[in-house]
Amino acid sequence: MSGRRAWWKTVLGVFLTAVMLFPVYWMFNVSLTPTSDLRADPPHWFPRAPTLEGYSAVFEQQLPNLATSMVVGLGCVAVTLAVSAPAGYALAKLRPPGTGTIGFLLLVAQMVPSVVMVMGFYAVYVRLGWLNTVWGLILADSTIAVPFGVMLFTAFMSGIPKEILQAAKVDGAGTWRTFRSIILPVSRNAVLTVSLFAFLWAWSDFVFASTLSRNSEMIPITLGIYNYIGNNTTQWNAIMATAVVASVPAAVLLVLAQRYVAGGVTAGAVK
Amino acid sequence: MRRRTASGPRWTAFAFIAPLAAYLVLFYAYPLYRNIDLSLHDYTPRAFVQGDAAFVGTANFADVLSSDAFGTALWNTAVFTLVSIAAQYAIGLALAVFFRDNFPLSPLLRAMFLVPWLLPMIVSASTWSWMLNSDNGIVNSVLGAFGAGQVNWLTSPETALTSVIIANIWLGIPFNLVILYSGLQNIPKDLYEAAELDGAGPWQRFRHITMPLLRPVSVITLLLGLVYTLKVVDVIWIMTLGGPGNTSTTLAIWSYRRAFGTGQPDFSQAAAVGNLLILMALVFGFVHLYLRRREEWS
Repeated sequence: MSGRRAWWKTVLGVFLTAVMLFPVYWMFNVSLTPTSDLRADPPHWFPRAPTLEGYSAVFEQQLPNLATSMVVGLGCVAVTLAVSAPAGYALAKLRPPGTGTIGFLLLVAQMVPSVVMVMGFYAVYVRLGWLNTVWGLILADSTIAVPFGVMLFTAFMSGIPKEILQAAKVDGAGTWRTFRSIILPVSRNAVLTVSLFAFLWAWSDFVFASTLSRNSEMIPITLGIYNYIGNNTTQWNAIMATAVVASVPAAVLLVLAQRYVAGGVTAGAVK
Repeated sequence: MRRRTASGPRWTAFAFIAPLAAYLVLFYAYPLYRNIDLSLHDYTPRAFVQGDAAFVGTANFADVLSSDAFGTALWNTAVFTLVSIAAQYAIGLALAVFFRDNFPLSPLLRAMFLVPWLLPMIVSASTWSWMLNSDNGIVNSVLGAFGAGQVNWLTSPETALTSVIIANIWLGIPFNLVILYSGLQNIPKDLYEAAELDGAGPWQRFRHITMPLLRPVSVITLLLGLVYTLKVVDVIWIMTLGGPGNTSTTLAIWSYRRAFGTGQPDFSQAAAVGNLLILMALVFGFVHLYLRRREEWS
């Protein structure tokens, strides 16, 4: 292909990307718009007099919610790793009877509509008194990531050469020790990918949060934005500023782990 | 020593899988069981807490199926799902073909296309809400510049469903692009070269090489899209609450609203709708699994 034609494609590609990301640009633009200009007709395409008043509203009102989301996200990572890494090892290398059934159940689990999961969790949590608790939300959110985690770990660990495990066995390492000292370090990329997605999904969750934690003192940022829209529809610069801040983990993930993201989508084909 | 090698590894294998097994029972099977239980009893909010609801058999399902809203919700679900996945697939495929040939900046641009998929749903949905705002939205402003009148995107019965479909298509493009792009990578390059030598134009190459060889990936992408789109709640709920009236209410939204969207929750009917939704998702899900398995064996 001639270089000239390739550049022509780059120009078109940049244009298409700009169209696709226009809503993201618009979110930035509105977040920097002074309240007095929000109702300008036509709307300003660029923030003519950029202001941080939207962002100062975020830091006045949303910091506790950001902290809650952080805790929920990290808790979800811990639960997901604790359940899915050993299971992935078992399914990939130890293969106890029932392996096929579990793999099948995981695929089915991903098909259950979230509204159904939410109602089930709600019914269980009402009795247990776990509604509006942070750990309740962590456990519920982890259901988004665990099937993906198990499938990714299984696929990754299946690729670990047998020889390494046999060498460990010859050296007298038990299964647990092999898992901890060999499998986990070798699977660093899988651990990273699963952690990033588990964090992002828990951070982004709206459906569980809006039902299981809606009357909580500690609400995650997604619910903070939702309540904002409900209460305060004139302050769209503050809403969009909160949205920008809530998008930071997604941006970090894209920059830090870009090559794992596409791999993650195709590996589990989840979400 | 000998006995240990016979039964030891098996035991440890169970120990490694046990947390997952317990997890699946506690966090999937039990909530699903509770959901079926809800749909077969008459749970008032009081009975919901105390657990003494009367058994009513299939009465909730009969109520749901005979309700006026059911037909609307079913139709909206079909339109929302089919239009969304068809458009996502078509756009995703066009982009995948476009990005197949590496050109300067293409990896970076492809990565940027993932952004809508990574953003929290509340962020995307609220941004779209503001863009589609009747008085101050950028969409109406641009359309107005071309002479169109004001469209009440989210608040008029004619356009509410269209609005959420547009936002949902945007959300689903990255997923389709990534899967189809990786599918395209598996089509041997020399096929295209041979066809080009034989004088096949770009369109002919697309029709006679890309489409047939991409078929298995396409089917899987569409079926997964179907299963995931059937259960969408958040984007619709955040943008329109399923309204105005029931004009953008899908089955998932209907179920969510019955349980959590009003001051008078009706968990039993919500669960009945939810169970119908599971059935639909599972039917398409099993078709997906069947095709995937056949694929792996062939």
